[in-house]
Amino acid sequence: MTLLIDEVTLTYPDGDGRLTALDAVGLHVPAGSLTAVVGPSGSGKSSLLAVAGTLVRPDRGRVFVDGVDAGGLDRTARAALRRERIGIVFQQPNLLPSLTAAEQLEVMAHLTGRMSPSVRRRAQDLLDAVGLAALARRRPRELSGGQRQRVNIARALMNDPAVLLVDEPTSALDRERGAEVIDLLLALTRERRVATVVVTHDTGHAGRADRVGAMRDGRLTAGTA
Amino acid sequence: MFVAWRDLRFAKGRFALMGTVVVLMTLLVGLVSGLAEGLARENVSAVAGLPADRLAFAAPPDGRAVSFADSKVSREQWEAWERQPGVTGAQPLAIRTLRAAAGDRTASVTAFAAEPDSGLAPRGVGPGRVVLSAKAAEELGVGAGDAVRLGEREAAVAAVAGEASYSHTPVVWTALDGDDATVIALRTGSGADLAAGDEAAGTTALSVDDALTAIGSYQAENGSLQLMRGFLFVISALVTGAFFTVWTIQRSADVAVLKALGASTPYLLRDALGQAVALLVGGTLAGAALAAGAGVLISGTDVPFVLDAATVLLPAGVLIALGACGAALAIRRITAVDPLTALGSAR
Ligand SMILES: Nc1ncnc2c1ncn2[C@@H]1O[C@H](COP(=O)(O)OP(=O)(O)OP(=O)(O)O)[C@@H](O)[C@H]1O
Ligand SMILES: [Mg+2]
Repeated sequence: MTLLIDEVTLTYPDGDGRLTALDAVGLHVPAGSLTAVVGPSGSGKSSLLAVAGTLVRPDRGRVFVDGVDAGGLDRTARAALRRERIGIVFQQPNLLPSLTAAEQLEVMAHLTGRMSPSVRRRAQDLLDAVGLAALARRRPRELSGGQRQRVNIARALMNDPAVLLVDEPTSALDRERGAEVIDLLLALTRERRVATVVVTHDTGHAGRADRVGAMRDGRLTAGTA
Repeated sequence: MFVAWRDLRFAKGRFALMGTVVVLMTLLVGLVSGLAEGLARENVSAVAGLPADRLAFAAPPDGRAVSFADSKVSREQWEAWERQPGVTGAQPLAIRTLRAAAGDRTASVTAFAAEPDSGLAPRGVGPGRVVLSAKAAEELGVGAGDAVRLGEREAAVAAVAGEASYSHTPVVWTALDGDDATVIALRTGSGADLAAGDEAAGTTALSVDDALTAIGSYQAENGSLQLMRGFLFVISALVTGAFFTVWTIQRSADVAVLKALGASTPYLLRDALGQAVALLVGGTLAGAALAAGAGVLISGTDVPFVLDAATVLLPAGVLIALGACGAALAIRRITAVDPLTALGSAR
C-alpha cells in the first residue's frame, strides 16, 4: 500500500508553448505514513495530486498506485483504480447537495456496485471516526465548513483506499479546526495504513508530517517545515 | 440511480415544474388524438367499413384528384369491372346527402344506396325499405317499423343497425335504383389486373384507405389535426431536451466530483437517463390518466371523441420515447466533463 511517483513531468498548453507544472518530480510515500507538500501558489502542488490521483496523464514518468502502473491504464480503468484504491479529499468539500452525510459515503460503495447492509454500518462507523455520528442525516447545507471537510475525509476513506490525497484541507478552516483535521488525518493514516499526501499552505501543520516536500516552480525537494 | 433519485427529491420544485409540463403536453396530445380519431370516424367510418378492398371512381379530368363529390359511374362501367378476371365482386354504390324527416323532426343524412342482395347493404334493405344507422334513428326519433321521408320519398325503417357515418352525417342504407352510382365497390383476388380494369371501364380504382382522402373535408381536417399532434410531439421533445441541458450544465461540477471519485461515465449516463425516464413516465402516465378522464366526460356529449389505447396510450408512449431522446442528447455532455476540474479551488 504505497504511492510511488517516478520522474514525472507534466505540462499544460500555454498560448503557443507549454507550461511546465511538474518538472521531473519523484515521490515515495510508504503505507501508514503522511507526507506534507508545501509551496507557493502556482508551484504545482495540485498538479502533483492530479497526477497521483490519475486525473491527468503525465507527459513523462510513471505513477504506481499500490503497485499498479497507472500509465498503462485507459480512462475506464483509471476510474476503476480511483474508486478502488485512491481516496481524494478536495480543497472545497465538494459534497453532493442532495445527499445526507451518510449517503455521501454510501454512494462510494454504490459506484463500485457493492451495495450491502454492511455499507450502512461502515458509513456510520467512518462518520463516527471523524466525530460526526450524530449528524449522519444532515445535508451539506446544514453542516458547518469544518463538518463538511470531515465528511469529505470520511468519504475518501469509504472504499478503503491504499492512497489518500488531500488538497489544502485546512484552507477554509481556522487554525484550531485546521489542527484538528491534521490530527485526524494522521490518526487515520496510521490506523488504516494508508499512504497519505497532504498539500498545505500552513508550515505549522506540515511540521507534524512524517516527511515534508517543498514545491517550487514544478520541482519537488525534500524540505523542512 | 443512487444520486438521481435523491436529486429528484431534493430539487422538487424544478422537477415538479418540468413534470407539470409533461403532464399538460400529454393531456393535450391525448385530447387532440381522441378528437382527431372521433372526427375521422364521423367522416369516414361508413366508407372504411365497406366490405370491399378497392373503390373505383370515375376517372377524373386530367390533373384533378378523384373525389366522391365529382364521381359518377354507370352500369356499363360496373359491368366492365365484373368481367375482369380476378375480380370477384363489383357492386355499384350511390352516395347522396339529403334531408330526412320523421314527423316534425328532420336530420341531415347520407344515403348509401346499394343493390339489396349485393352484400354491401345490411340485411333488410329493399325497395321502400331502409336501414338507419343508430345516430340517424336517434336524431329522427324512429325505430324499426316506423316511416321516414328521405328527400321526396317515403320509406319504412326495416332495421336500425351500426354506427356508420359519412362526412359528419349519419348513414341511411337504401336500395339502388337506376343505372347510375357514385363508386364501384370491388372485391379482388390476387390475380386481378387493376390497370386493365381501369382501362376497360374508364375508372380509377383506389384502395379503401386511399379512397378516404377523396371525402371532401377529411384530408384537410385530419391533416391539420395530425400536424398539430406532430408539433406537440416535437415541442415536448425539445422542451425536455432544453430542461435537461440546463440541468446537466448546472450539475456539471457534481459530475466532475463523481468522476474524480471514480464513477465511470456509463454509470453517470445511466443515472441521469434513468432520472429523465422516471420523470417522463411519471408525468406522461398522469397526463394520460387526465386525458382518459377528460375523454370519459367528453364522450357523454355531442363532441366526437374516441377514447382507446390508440388515442391515449400510444401518444403517451411516443412522448416518453421522444422525450427520452431529447434528454439523452442533453445528458450526453456528461461524457465531456473533466474530473480534473473537481480538484483545486476553481469551484
Ligand atoms: N488545467 C490547467 N491548464 C493550464 N494550466 C494549469 C492548469 N492547472 C494548473 N495550471 C497551471 O499550472 C501551474 C501549477 O498549478 P497548480 O494548480 O498545480 O498550483 P498549486 O501549487 O496547487 O497552486 P495553489 O496553491 O494556488 O493551489 C500554475 O501555473 C497553473 O496556472
Ligand atoms: Mg492547488
